[in-house]
Amino acid sequence: MKLLEVKGLKASVEGISILRGVDLEINAGEVHAIMGLNGSGKSTLSKVLAGHPSYQVTGGEVLFNGQDLFELPPEERARVGLFLAFQYPVEVPGVSNSAFLRLAYNTIQTSRGKDELDPLEFDDLVRERIKVVEMDPAFLDRSVNEGFSGGEKKRNEILQMALLDPKLAILDETDSGLDIDALRIVANGVNSLRSEHNAIVMVTHYQRLLNYIVPDFVHVMDAGRIVKTGDKTLALELEERGYDWLRAVA
Amino acid sequence: MNTTLQQWVDQPYRHGFVTDIETEIVPKGLNESVIRMISAKKDEPEWLLDFRLASYRRWLTMEVPSWAKVSHPPIDFQEIIYFAQPKPKKQLDSMDEVDPELRKTFEKLGVPLHEQKVMAGVAVDVIFDSVSVTTTYKSKLAEVGIIFCSLSEAVREYPELVKQYLGSVVPASDNFYAALNSAVFTEGSFCFIPKGTKCPMDLSTYFRINTEGSGQFERTLIIAEEGASVSYLEGCTAPRFDTNQLHAAVVELVALDYAEIKYSTVQNWYAGDENGVGGIYNFVTKRGMCRGVHSKISWTQVETGSAITWKYPSCILLGEGSVGEFYSVALTNHRQQADTGTKMVHVGRHTKSTIVSKGISAGRSDNGYRGLVKILPHATGARNYSQCDSMLIGEACRANTYPTVEVRNETAIVEHEASTSKIGEDQMFLFAQRGIGQEEAISMIINGFCRDVFMHLPLEFAVEATKLLGLKLEGSVG
Ligand SMILES: Nc1ncnc2c1ncn2[C@@H]1O[C@H](COP(=O)(O)OP(=O)(O)OP(=O)(O)O)[C@@H](O)[C@H]1O
Ligand SMILES: [Mg+2]
Repeated sequence: MKLLEVKGLKASVEGISILRGVDLEINAGEVHAIMGLNGSGKSTLSKVLAGHPSYQVTGGEVLFNGQDLFELPPEERARVGLFLAFQYPVEVPGVSNSAFLRLAYNTIQTSRGKDELDPLEFDDLVRERIKVVEMDPAFLDRSVNEGFSGGEKKRNEILQMALLDPKLAILDETDSGLDIDALRIVANGVNSLRSEHNAIVMVTHYQRLLNYIVPDFVHVMDAGRIVKTGDKTLALELEERGYDWLRAVA
Repeated sequence: MNTTLQQWVDQPYRHGFVTDIETEIVPKGLNESVIRMISAKKDEPEWLLDFRLASYRRWLTMEVPSWAKVSHPPIDFQEIIYFAQPKPKKQLDSMDEVDPELRKTFEKLGVPLHEQKVMAGVAVDVIFDSVSVTTTYKSKLAEVGIIFCSLSEAVREYPELVKQYLGSVVPASDNFYAALNSAVFTEGSFCFIPKGTKCPMDLSTYFRINTEGSGQFERTLIIAEEGASVSYLEGCTAPRFDTNQLHAAVVELVALDYAEIKYSTVQNWYAGDENGVGGIYNFVTKRGMCRGVHSKISWTQVETGSAITWKYPSCILLGEGSVGEFYSVALTNHRQQADTGTKMVHVGRHTKSTIVSKGISAGRSDNGYRGLVKILPHATGARNYSQCDSMLIGEACRANTYPTVEVRNETAIVEHEASTSKIGEDQMFLFAQRGIGQEEAISMIINGFCRDVFMHLPLEFAVEATKLLGLKLEGSVG
């Protein structure tokens, strides 16, 4: 079943064109990896899909579950199951992580026609889910991401994924900043959340993540386009040869 | 600029209506005969008239303060009405009866005047322009020896107490506006908590300016004797006029040995329109004197209104081991200017003070924290902790902090932390990406930013402050 169809997507920021015709198709049950040089547009693509207000869509279309994604405001996209784990998670001082997680959880539950959880019920749930990323529950009582280390922020992103149970999760460099043990833990966590009903897009620079979460497809972005798509062996080839040979082609 | 944020802070002022009631005023302008007239209308004793006249003469020699970072055209003090009092439509049966028109006004403002309807367990003194309209729960409080009434009534009934304490914390000579207030103050609340008494309910005063062109010069005096404690709340609103109105209040608190006074304000005076036309000039002197050992005075303020706020609730920590606290949220938008903060003067040994200031600026507003921590030579073992955080919404506003520390005892420990942040697009986007709507996101971010202050508000007022945010949020997303 087609979950996401991106056709000729163009987008710009402050008048500078960044995405210059992206095509991408993702089916439920699949894992995709997007790789590419710094500045090639990977985060931009992720944020445009999630509806970040700084970016203007200037061409192309995106269907999510057959529905025009750009008709929906960002919070609606989240409610229909699009999730983005940020490359640089922001801090929200004074807002307790657990209150934030509960509001997010209840909002999404409500939009799915399910019951909200009160703080006690939610506490049980979150303490269960937090095991997915082996995070210390003490992080629930702190302000959202405030003073979290780089790796702790990334785990907190995956905790949110575990709670919100998205249809399509885009993980933007979730592996960067994780130590070797954390990488394994988080990767196992992500694997445990995989099912035939959802799909995962991993933006990454490194093969080591792909050793744990094996992709069905690997895409290479360059200058705002996907210039090559292959299977998991493409990542190994990139590790060996770098990007130059592809850039020449593009 | 994030449009949602701007819409949120741009919520129209809900208290801008005028009550149509006949008003008795003293002709505008200020001179000795106006002061005599005010004093005569209030049937005051000679000593109080003398206090006023002496203050007036002092005021004539003083200059408008220019050190604050606020700007406004010069105020013409001869254009201000110094006394305005609603005239009842019919003869009222008793002193305690309230004109129905006024009753309706306060109900509209959410301050019902029937004791049964008042927020559970809060006694209210209600002040409309220059006079006190009513004070609830007076007799119930009197049973435990607590005096809670308008200052005018206190002058009549308890002249010795008033004489003893009036001006003892903020003398007329303190500053220009304190001198002006001492000359023309018209109304305010008086609370006296006798030795060893814990006030069984929160006391509060609700101030309402109604008459165009009038100033409000209230004067509040709170005394907590040895071992007494009280929590006092102050709220204020005014109609929407194109002219600026002056509000120059003086609040004096006195805490004797082991006494505790908690003073909370939600200030929502009319702030002027988006171009800075109209609004209240809020020039207020608030000071508490921790006279007794181990006494404690705590100021909590949520400042959202006024065209200009110039206000530094302060503590003089005289008694050994006394404690001063200042928790403040100041929100400015459009052309609003706020220069607010506190002074903590450590005189006694082992005195402690805490300052937490949160400034939120939006639009083209100016929001400044100004603080003074002064440790005097005898204040051995004094401690201060200060934290000043500013949050900016948009590009055109300004936040400044002017902390001053003067330490003259080397055993003192003084800590200061400051931060400036922005409600960024990226924070808003995080909330949206997790399915959370804009209103809820903003309210959660602002409440989070203010949490260290809100947690010090009494429950009734925390609800009130949240409601104020809620009101501003209402309908902000189309
Ligand atoms: N808000 C912005 N303003 C200006 N330029 C931007 C903005 N956002 C992105 N860009 C530019 O767009 C290009 C693509 O950025 P993007 O973050 O999508 O790259 P990326 O592929 O995710 O890189 P990395 O691997 O380093 O994370 C870069 O040149 C970047 O500088
Ligand atoms: Mg990136």
